[in-house]
Amino acid sequence: MREVAIVAFAQTVHTGHDTGLTEAEMLHPVIEEVRRTTGLTTFGFTCSGSCDYLAGAPFSFVSALDALGAWPPISESHVEMDGAFALYEAWVRLQHGDIDSALVYGFGKSSTGDLRQIMTLQLDPYYLAPLGLDQVSYAALQAAALGGDRGALDEIVRRSRADGRANPHALDLPDPSGDGYEVEPLRPYDIAPITDGAAAVVLAAGDLARELAENPAYIGGIAHRIEPHYLGMRDLARSPSAADAARAAGVGKGPVDVAELHVQFSHEEIILREALELPEGTVINPSGGPLAANPVMATGLIRVGEAARRILDGRARRAVAHASSGPCLQHNLVTVLESAAESPEGADRG
Amino acid sequence: MGNRCAVIGVGQTRYTTKRRDVSIAGLVREAAIRALDDAGLTFADIDAVVIGKAPDLFEGVMMPEAYLADALGAAGKPMMRVHTAGSVGGSTALVGASLVQGGVHDRVLVVAFEKQSESNATWALSTHLPFGASLVVGAGGYFAPHIREYMRRSGAPDHIGALVAVKDRRNALKNPYAHLRIPGIDRAMVESTPMLWEPIRYLETCPSSDGACAIVLSSEKAVTGTPAWIHGTAMRSEPLMRAGRDTVSPRAGKDCAADVYRQAGISDPRRDIDVAEVYVPFSWYEPMWLENLGFAPENEGWKLTEAGCTALDGDIPWNASGGVLSSNPIGASGLIRFAEAALQVRGMAGEHQVDGAATALGHAYGGGAQFFAMWIVGSEKP
Repeated sequence: MREVAIVAFAQTVHTGHDTGLTEAEMLHPVIEEVRRTTGLTTFGFTCSGSCDYLAGAPFSFVSALDALGAWPPISESHVEMDGAFALYEAWVRLQHGDIDSALVYGFGKSSTGDLRQIMTLQLDPYYLAPLGLDQVSYAALQAAALGGDRGALDEIVRRSRADGRANPHALDLPDPSGDGYEVEPLRPYDIAPITDGAAAVVLAAGDLARELAENPAYIGGIAHRIEPHYLGMRDLARSPSAADAARAAGVGKGPVDVAELHVQFSHEEIILREALELPEGTVINPSGGPLAANPVMATGLIRVGEAARRILDGRARRAVAHASSGPCLQHNLVTVLESAAESPEGADRG
Repeated sequence: MGNRCAVIGVGQTRYTTKRRDVSIAGLVREAAIRALDDAGLTFADIDAVVIGKAPDLFEGVMMPEAYLADALGAAGKPMMRVHTAGSVGGSTALVGASLVQGGVHDRVLVVAFEKQSESNATWALSTHLPFGASLVVGAGGYFAPHIREYMRRSGAPDHIGALVAVKDRRNALKNPYAHLRIPGIDRAMVESTPMLWEPIRYLETCPSSDGACAIVLSSEKAVTGTPAWIHGTAMRSEPLMRAGRDTVSPRAGKDCAADVYRQAGISDPRRDIDVAEVYVPFSWYEPMWLENLGFAPENEGWKLTEAGCTALDGDIPWNASGGVLSSNPIGASGLIRFAEAALQVRGMAGEHQVDGAATALGHAYGGGAQFFAMWIVGSEKP
């Protein structure tokens, strides 16, 4: 596969409340930031991820084009998925060889609705949604299926929130405390916070990557898999789709310094860590991860950006990013990022 | 453009107002299985699935690819969900083709659908405060002023729209999947129907349909059956609110056409293209897009329509299938254009086949005439 690297990443200072900005207004500064970082004003391809249901209005992605100032008209597409899947589409497009750069972004304001109820609407509308099973309830089913150790789960939240407090883009959340349940066995602090935010990434291929960044974060492998929708058809304690995607992306082909995982509930970290077969020494979610800031539809892209950032600034040589979609980790995307010192060969075909 | 890619299977459902007999999953699966049958394949032969549809509010299912993964045999595979407004069906085909052209997969199943009977299209298409002033006019009310401006600029006579409405509905009588079937339709009948959004009369608008369309895309080495080779693909988008953008003949449409023609080696579209499936949801968009796509000089598109050039027996048939004016499951309407273009160059369009069609254009547009997706397919390898 053609060598493609992440050369720039920007994200908003995420907030736990509506600041009064529209999605386009929220997005505009991060687009400008990656333009400044790279010096690129136009891109060979642009792809974004967002979801109409967060705002309860159609065409969330249309006004984003106004934030971009897409003139002259641009080659552009959109996925109704997390921005990480838009990054996958852009990576595929760069494989054609006729363009060298791509802009990817994702954005969402979950503060404006009731996310927990809204997520119910992504279930089978005939057999599952009418049961009223909300997002926290089905996550609780998965947590119960796993039966994770309470002390280990508390430590995941404590570590994530502490790292989040050290990350200027994440929320300031206190150490976990209290013994009440949101939905047993999930405690309120096991759940990623409601967050508004946006993120943007620039991909570059070949020589352009080396021109734009000192240490480009090369995509060594990228792959995703979906699994059956019905929760009863799956062993919820495991994530075979994440494991398959990790194998296809080549996670195990080298050491992993850092892994940024799309953990929206503390127990998901345990499931994903096992599925991705991450080594003992891998630092998990040094940004704080989604448990410290979860701007839905940008969260997965931020995982890729945070992992890439550690290669771009020279702190890591090989990193893994994970993004997820669908109820109970139904759909998983895994990206391996490598510095030039690691072999960019062996990129998987996904 | 990357590696060679071909359409090797096409499947459609019979478009209709209400498909009460199937669920959403049943609807998309029906189209998918027909496309696989056409290619002589099964779900096991597919590497990845790409699904597209217009706003999720149409059915009230958020990000329905999660729910539809099982029905489309996607479990254990990669699956993508595309949404680019009305152009989405076309964009979905292009995202699927990109996976083959980029060398990532050999066989990709592309599906697009809308089950409009589940909801109310005008509601699902309208933004409201605080996101924008709600006009509650739907797509027809939005596009009517653009059409009036076209009439003013071009001096086109009032009856051109009715001619398109008659021509496309007559074509639909030859297409077993078409939704609207109006035997005996003529200009007087169209002109006798109520004015909805001046100058658009009732029979000059597209219907609301339930339906799904699917295609199987293949790399060169994995081709089965009769291929329609992709000679060019392009997408273009422009901002809705840009002051001074020309909504009658948008630059994004012109740029998109120029890009896809360059890839396919087309210098004169009217001469070089044998048949075109173009997104015409309101009758007047035929003359407007004839100009935007370079088939006619500025302000003269209506003359081609009036002279019968775009009829099935004209020199450049447009919408031989009956087009969006005859069938409109919105999220699928773009993919139907792309699929019908492929059927024509495969020689498999049945009664509405254009004899000897070797090069065809598939076109879709969406949003406020700001998103465009196009491809050129041919019977010969590029």
